[in-house]
Amino acid sequence: MAGGTIVIGVFGCVAYFFLSNLILDTLLPPRGADAGRNIARAAQIRPWLFLLPAVLLLAVYLVYPVFVSVWYSFHDSTGQTYVGFDNYSWLVSDSKFRESMRNNLLWLLVVPAASTFFGLIAAALTDRIRWGNFAKAMIFMPMAISFVGASVIWKFIYDYRGDGQTEIGMLNAIWVSLGGQPQTWLTLEPGNSFMLMIVLIWIQTGFAMVILSAALRGIPEETVEAAILDGASPLQIFARIKVPQIWGTIAVVWTTITITVLKVFDIVLAMTNGQWGTQVLANLMFDWMFRGNDTGRASVVALVIMLMVTPIMIWNIRNARKEMR
Amino acid sequence: MDNIAGTKSSLVWAVHLATAALVLLWVLPTIGLLVSSFRDRDQITTSGWWRSLFPAEQNIVYRAGDADTQRQDGPLWVIDGNVFDGAGGEVTAFGVNSRAPDAFAPGAEADLKDGVKLAVQANGDYRLTAPAQFEGRSPRIFVSSVTPPRFTLDNYRRVMFAEGLGRAFLNTMTVTIPATIIPILIAAFAAYALAWMEFPGRALLIAAVVGLLVVPLQMALIPLLKLHNQLGIGKEYIGIWLAHSGFGLPLAIYLLRNYMVGLPREIIESARVDGATDFQIFLKIILPLSFPALASFAIFQFLWTWNDLLVATVFLGNNPDQLVMTGLLRELMGSKGGEWEILAASAFVSIAVPLIVFFAMQKYLVRGLLAGSVK
Repeated sequence: MAGGTIVIGVFGCVAYFFLSNLILDTLLPPRGADAGRNIARAAQIRPWLFLLPAVLLLAVYLVYPVFVSVWYSFHDSTGQTYVGFDNYSWLVSDSKFRESMRNNLLWLLVVPAASTFFGLIAAALTDRIRWGNFAKAMIFMPMAISFVGASVIWKFIYDYRGDGQTEIGMLNAIWVSLGGQPQTWLTLEPGNSFMLMIVLIWIQTGFAMVILSAALRGIPEETVEAAILDGASPLQIFARIKVPQIWGTIAVVWTTITITVLKVFDIVLAMTNGQWGTQVLANLMFDWMFRGNDTGRASVVALVIMLMVTPIMIWNIRNARKEMR
Repeated sequence: MDNIAGTKSSLVWAVHLATAALVLLWVLPTIGLLVSSFRDRDQITTSGWWRSLFPAEQNIVYRAGDADTQRQDGPLWVIDGNVFDGAGGEVTAFGVNSRAPDAFAPGAEADLKDGVKLAVQANGDYRLTAPAQFEGRSPRIFVSSVTPPRFTLDNYRRVMFAEGLGRAFLNTMTVTIPATIIPILIAAFAAYALAWMEFPGRALLIAAVVGLLVVPLQMALIPLLKLHNQLGIGKEYIGIWLAHSGFGLPLAIYLLRNYMVGLPREIIESARVDGATDFQIFLKIILPLSFPALASFAIFQFLWTWNDLLVATVFLGNNPDQLVMTGLLRELMGSKGGEWEILAASAFVSIAVPLIVFFAMQKYLVRGLLAGSVK
C-alpha cells in the first residue's frame, strides 16, 4: 500500500509538469502562421507553470501559517473566542516562559560560540596534516545523526547508577575515578542545560569546520607569505592574518547555528523534556500544543521564536539583494 | 605547509596530537553506544563499555535449585547445578549470606546450619548436600565471578522484531523517499524559472525565498495541522510529504537557483536559437548539468526528513502503521530508560542509513553546505 502511494505522489508531480507544458505547446504552437506571437505569449505564461507548485507550497506551508498564528494568538485555547491580549499577558507572567527565554538566551550565547570556536580549531588543525580528511570526516559525522539518536548517545554518557554499582556512563566513570561522587547530571541545575548544549555543539562543530576550512583555504597565499617573511609565528599568522580575513564567513556560520539553536527541540524533549529547569521555547511551544491543547498560548510562543529569527531574516534578504545587483 | 620556515617539528607534533585528541573526543560517544549495542545485556550494566574486551567482574546472587529438583545420593540429599546456568564464567569467591559474600574460595565447602553443606567449583558447578530432605525455599548463593566478554546480535534481533523497529524502519522510508523527490522536482522547475526566465516580480520572489529559508517550523505547525484536518489528510502520509516538501522548498530553490545561474549563458542561448522551448532546455540541458546541486540538496533533504522528529510527531499518528524510527526511539527512551541494550541497538538501526549516505556522498554534502550558507 505504502509503495503504491509513494508512486502516485511522485508520479502526480511529474505528470503535472509534462501535461501543463504539453497543453501550453498545443494551445500556442511555436510554429505555423502565428508562431512569433505564440512563442512570445507562451514565454509569458511558462514561468508561472514552472513556478506554480513551488509558489503554492511556499504560500500555504510557510506564509499562510504566519498570519494564522497571529490570529490564533488573539484567541482562546480552542481558537474560537477572541480574547484580546490575554495570551500575551499570560506569556509575560508565566514562569516557564521566563525560564525558557533565559535558557534560550544561554543557548544562543554558548552554542554558536562554542561550535564556531571548535570548528575553527578543527579546520585549522586538519588543514595541516596528511590524515586531515579522515579527521574531518570523523568530526563531521555527527551531522548525519538525528537529534534523538544523539540524545541516546549522550544520555548514555550521562548515565547514573549510584548505590555502589559500577558506573557505566563515561562521565560518572571519569568523575568517580577522580574521586567524586556519582551525579545525576541531567537533573543538576544549572549545569544540566550545559549538558544538553554539549550535544548540539557536538553536532554543529562539523558544520562550522567544513565551511571555515573552505574559507581558510580561500585566503590569498600572498598575505600569509608576507607575514612569514616578517617573521610571524604560526599562531600569530592564524590569529592576526587568517582569522581577520574570514570574519564574513564566521558571521555566516554563527548566524546559521543561531537559527538552529532557536529551533532546538528534539534534544530537550528526549533528554529532560524541559524538566529540572531546562525548558526552551521550541519545546514549550510543543508542550502547549500537544499536552496543553491550547492553540492560543502555543501560537504566542511560536511568534516569539519567529520574532527572534526576524533580524537574521532581514539581514539575509538585504545581503542577497546586494549580491544580485 | 611543511615547507614554511620557522615551523618547528614540536609544533607539527602538537598539531597531530591535538587533532587526534579532538577526533577521539568526537567519535568516542558514538563508539561507546555502538560497542554497547553488541554487548550482552548483563555485561552492559555491570561494566563500562570501555572494559568490554576484558572479562567482567560480576557479583551474582543465585538461588539454588528448588527442593523438587533434589535427588538422593547414598545417605545424602543433593541439589546441584551451575550458577552461570551454562553461560560460562569463573567463580573467584562465594558466600552464603550477604554479610560475607566472598567468604569462601572456589572448591571449599561451606557449612550452613543443620548439617547442610555447600560447595561451589571455579567453573560455577555447585553442590548442596544435606542429611535430611530439603524443604521450602533453597538457600541463596553469593558468587563473585569473572565472566569472559560476550558479544551478541540478540539486541538487534530483539529491537527489529519484538520492539517494532522493523516496521518503523519501513514507515521512515515511506516518509523519506517521496519527501525527498517531490521537493527536488518542484524546486528544480522553480529554480530554472528564477534563474533563466524573464518575468515581472522575479527579484521579489527570490528575496521571498531567501527570507523563508529561516522561518521556524514551530510557526507552521498549528495552522497546518488544522488545515490538514479540514482537508482530511491530518494523519496521512500525503500530509507529511506535502509538509516536508513545503519546509524543504526554500533551501532547494535557493541552492538550485544559485547553481543554475552559474551555468554558461551560451549553452542556453544557442539552444533557444535552435528553437528549443524552455521545457526542452530545462529537461535536456539544465537538469543533467545541475546534477551536483541536485545531489547536494537530495542528501540534505534525505538526512533532514529521515532524522526529523517534530514534523512526524505532528503530522503522523503514533500507531504502528505510522510511527517512524525517531518517534519510536523517543518512546523507548521513556519506557526502557535503563535498558541500554535496547536503546543502543535501536539508535544504531536508525543511524545506520544516514551514516552510509553521509560517508558515500560526503563530497556532495560539503559542496551543498558551502553553496547553501547564505553569504
